[in-house]
Amino acid sequence: MLTFMASDSEEEVCDERTSLMSAESPTSRSCQEGRPGPEDGENMAQWRSQDSEEDCEEDPDGYACSRGPGRPPGLEEELTLKYGAKHVIMLFVPVTLCMIVVVATIKSVRFYTEKNGQLIYTPFTEDTPSVGQRLLNSVLNTLIMISVIVVMTIFLVVLYKYRCYKFIHGWLILSSLMLLFLFTYIYLGEVLKTYNVAMDYPTLFLAVWNFGAVGMVCIHWKGPLVLQQAYLIMISALMALVFIKYLPEWSAWVILGAISVYDLVAVLCPKGPLRMLVETAQERNEPIFPALIYSSAMVWTVGMAKLDPSSQGALQLPYDPEMGGVKLGLGDFIFYSVLVGKAAAAGNGDWNTTLACFIAILIGLCLTLLLLAVFKKALPALPISITFGLIFYFSTDNLVRPFMDTLASHQLYI
Amino acid sequence: MTAAVFFGCAFIAFGPALALYVFTIATDPLRVTFLIAGAFFWLVSLLLSSVFWYLVRIITDNKDGPIQKYLLIFGVLLSVCIQELFRLAYYRLLKKASEGLKSINPEETTPSMRLLAYVSGLGFGIMSGVFSFVNTLSDSLGPGTVGIHGDSPQFFLNSAFMTLVIILLHVFWGIVFFDGCEKKKWYILLIVLLTHLLVSTQTFLSPYYELNLVSAYIIMVFMGIWAFFVAGGSCRSLKLCLLCQDKDFLLYNQRSR
Repeated sequence: MLTFMASDSEEEVCDERTSLMSAESPTSRSCQEGRPGPEDGENMAQWRSQDSEEDCEEDPDGYACSRGPGRPPGLEEELTLKYGAKHVIMLFVPVTLCMIVVVATIKSVRFYTEKNGQLIYTPFTEDTPSVGQRLLNSVLNTLIMISVIVVMTIFLVVLYKYRCYKFIHGWLILSSLMLLFLFTYIYLGEVLKTYNVAMDYPTLFLAVWNFGAVGMVCIHWKGPLVLQQAYLIMISALMALVFIKYLPEWSAWVILGAISVYDLVAVLCPKGPLRMLVETAQERNEPIFPALIYSSAMVWTVGMAKLDPSSQGALQLPYDPEMGGVKLGLGDFIFYSVLVGKAAAAGNGDWNTTLACFIAILIGLCLTLLLLAVFKKALPALPISITFGLIFYFSTDNLVRPFMDTLASHQLYI
Repeated sequence: MTAAVFFGCAFIAFGPALALYVFTIATDPLRVTFLIAGAFFWLVSLLLSSVFWYLVRIITDNKDGPIQKYLLIFGVLLSVCIQELFRLAYYRLLKKASEGLKSINPEETTPSMRLLAYVSGLGFGIMSGVFSFVNTLSDSLGPGTVGIHGDSPQFFLNSAFMTLVIILLHVFWGIVFFDGCEKKKWYILLIVLLTHLLVSTQTFLSPYYELNLVSAYIIMVFMGIWAFFVAGGSCRSLKLCLLCQDKDFLLYNQRSR
């Protein structure tokens, strides 16, 4: 889910959510606990947007609503599409980095392309003799997976509605613990195996402990923005790699399609769980607990420190166009990377398909950001990108690849 | 086939494009967006031409023999035509977008059409070069002997130089093409299409690299000179630039002329 970022009002300066961009790890509830991140990410992003919405009423042209209440409306008109392109790039860079990490891992570490069992959420096997049976199994797998996601989202909404904040905090902390420690350990082990590097256990534990501990602090508490963004990218990549490994071929594609439809429904329909979440947050007028969101914004506290405490923020707020930012849910990162990773894993060393999917996803993101500028409310980031990605994957793999291979073997250039 | 071949060919083919990207495009987010959109348009044109090629291949029932060669020639020519068509379509889109941006924001400095011509040409070029060469590059990392069956041992070098010339040609074609569209001189579009067809069909002379490469580079030099003058350069400004006496350089170094 894609939203504007709000600068919060003065009281919230020290809140984790503002500059500390906490995004709880979306995912670690992977295999054992439950369907994690994406829906949470979407939830949180949605709340964020609702907060920003209230702050941004006077700013019809602003692409990024970045100020607190009370800023003079005239200033906002300058914050226009000029910053639109900047926000596009602020999202292109992390999405590209995540995809590069995933593709590099897929192409070099063979562990993530080996079939080694399936998740319990996709119980039906795809090793069936007939095509029809395989298709049926993948559709059933998708149904199970999506229903798990829906149930988790609704559970989260219910927890939030009944103010069980501690439970949610604990859940998210447990998830990120598992992701930052266990999955990192496995990943590091496989990378070391691939490059035949011998590392002793004490060094390994020291490295993993440092990585994980700093990650927990950065994500759930305070930390430099760049470090937090880097950790969010890394955990998204790790989760995407898990999905690429454990989701069977056809199920993965059907799940990608189904989850974009779910994203569309959950964010835009009035009775969608994510939308209900947003409305609840809006009613309570409170910042939600830290989110599973990647935020591209700058630190707000820097500006706040210079503020005269006696002013109530009317005209003294330092106008800093850098404050604004766009937020993207971590679930979106994960599924973009799953698509590109699957494209990289599939085609016997073919890079054209991977590149085509990469460009398609970036263009989808661009279009979504354009729509965000037009509609100025939280939008699902998955549908357009995943649709383009799927179209380009299947068409490049089946149509463009034979053409380009034939051309390349005869050394013809078009 | 070693890492040396890989890195050497990669930098021959993509070095100038990378330099152009880093020094002129990476600094401005709007240009990056237009670059990626240009790459996307090229990709869609390739997709369309592949669809047609595939359909024709299915119609002729995939028989082997000379018909495949003719089909390939047909595919190449069709692909070139569709690429130029999509360049025109991108021009139209950029024109509309520019007008839209201007109407929303009269004071804002939107990129000029010349800049967009350059960016779109580079986008087309990078995507075209990457799609042509990246699979060959990744093969060059693996084991093997080039030309073991009697083919030319210069396969990788030739591909790298050809990719480079195609990328640069796309940049120049983009500039010249957009200028022709702006001034409504339609014969310029025809010239661009014809030179593109010429360069592509020359690659059919494939094992005889000399003629192919040399003439492609000559065409590139001519297109480059044409694009330079179209973009507003002149002999005088070139001389000032080379002698480090042009305005930007002087301002930057605070030296008097």
